Amino acid sequence: MMSEQQLQQATFEYTLRLGDDALVLGHRISEWVRNGPFLEEDIAYGNVALDYIGRARMFYGYAAELADDGRTEDSFAYTRSEREFSNLLINELPRGDFAYSQVRQLLVDIYANLFLTRLLQSKDATLAAIAAKAIKESRYHLRRSREWVIRLGDGTEESQHRCQLALDDIWGYSHEMFEMDALEQQLADAGIGVDVSSLRDDWLVQIREILAEATLQLPADDWKVSGGRDGYHTEFLGHLLTELQIVHRSYPGCQW
Amino acid sequence: MTPEEQNFMRKIETEEKIEPKDWMPEAYRKNLIRQISQHAHSEVIGTQPEGNWITRAPSLRRKAVLLAKVQDEAGHGLYLYSATETLGISRDEMIAALQDGSAKYASIFNYPAQTWGDVGAIGWLVDGAAIVNQVSLQRTSYGPYARAMIRICKEESFHQRQGYELMLELCRGTPEQKAMAQDSLNRFYWPALMMFGPHDSESAHSARSMQWKIKRESNDDLRQKFIDQTVKQIEFLGLEHPDKAICWNEARGHYDSGEIDWDEFYAVINGNGHCNRQRLQHHIKVHEEGSWVREALAAYNEKQKARKQQAEANKSNQNVA
Repeated sequence: MMSEQQLQQATFEYTLRLGDDALVLGHRISEWVRNGPFLEEDIAYGNVALDYIGRARMFYGYAAELADDGRTEDSFAYTRSEREFSNLLINELPRGDFAYSQVRQLLVDIYANLFLTRLLQSKDATLAAIAAKAIKESRYHLRRSREWVIRLGDGTEESQHRCQLALDDIWGYSHEMFEMDALEQQLADAGIGVDVSSLRDDWLVQIREILAEATLQLPADDWKVSGGRDGYHTEFLGHLLTELQIVHRSYPGCQW
Repeated sequence: MTPEEQNFMRKIETEEKIEPKDWMPEAYRKNLIRQISQHAHSEVIGTQPEGNWITRAPSLRRKAVLLAKVQDEAGHGLYLYSATETLGISRDEMIAALQDGSAKYASIFNYPAQTWGDVGAIGWLVDGAAIVNQVSLQRTSYGPYARAMIRICKEESFHQRQGYELMLELCRGTPEQKAMAQDSLNRFYWPALMMFGPHDSESAHSARSMQWKIKRESNDDLRQKFIDQTVKQIEFLGLEHPDKAICWNEARGHYDSGEIDWDEFYAVINGNGHCNRQRLQHHIKVHEEGSWVREALAAYNEKQKARKQQAEANKSNQNVA
């Protein structure tokens, strides 16, 4: 049994993980602004990126409240290095082409809807409240990524090829979303966190259905990469953080 | 004048809006296509200098605000393209004209957004100058354009406030931050004044546009409004005015100001800005990179249509049987 204080520390770390996921993916999506295949997509990507940045702020804001040591949302976003970031690796992969970003988004969006549905039941009122706001956004995100993957998969030979390549390249990073470590197990047992290991079956059912409609092949489960929760990242994250943090770190202690 | 022309001029004189299906002189239509599409292109190209800062915004709050702002600008581009389409030109044709250089975008976006302070200066000064112009365009004679302006102005005034507030934060910060703000003001003040275009006496399209009430106020009058309103804003920030000749003229009821460097204005318009080539090349590159997506979308829609037709054919065959 964890003490009240241990539980709070664990909740803090957990919240930070969720904030990191949101910030890093939000950053990747924001890279599409002014780079989309047509104007409506620029706007849609901006919208989704904004949802994720908003989500990061809610999680970081709550983490700051739990830490209660003067750190703010910006301390978490701007003053930690890659070994301290605990986002899932799938979120830090580069934006790639439009197929790559939409396929990644589909895998993440189905997961997010399942995850947030569970987080709604969290005994932690703040986490449940964040989930309530975020799930509305994630439903819309999923509608969009689902439609795009179907259209691209069942579009031209080229678009199908690009989607399949993306799926094959990303698939090995999807397994990590369903891994539990001791911290997450403790919080799931306490009714605060989500037991993500139980989400994969439902996730896979939805994936299969969409891929069938998109005429895409489900990749084999013959490779997987993980380590994000322990700060063991791909080389991409360092560059992402370099860009994200450059101004903030160049002028230490400033207000913006 | 033909009866159609008479009726058109009567509407212009009585402030009745011209609507898409109304008769209009060909030159009026062309003039509007030029002006509104240029405005749309400016919104779209304008997402480049600011979009350049989304990934580097120094706080999450600023990042969210900037994302929302750039998204708004792209949205303005969208409704201005739609407004232009009511004049009988397609978005594809407009984009082609932008990319081959026959249509223009605001020359201000050929200036680089080098520092974080520039994001503030662009919101405050560039959007600020745009609003002065757009407020007067809310009364423009072409209905769809006037209505688009009303909506756009509401969002632009929010953009200007965010830019100014960003500058204010810099000016209340460390000496380095304040120097950043001053530097951005110095670089963007004069180009913002140039946004109103050449002096009235030099302006190629002005006289006719005024007669048709496409334009409602002259370049110089609008510029004067902007000069006047900006003086106090600069003072409040505690920054130095970039125009050393700025001076209140009691008799005119306006500020007198120094002369704009028109050589720079024409040089940048004619391709000598820091970013002229990059802005267009970026637009073309992204458009080309997106071509397979647009093709896939068209192919998918075709397939869906064929499937639907097939399903309906099967259904009616069954009914016959």
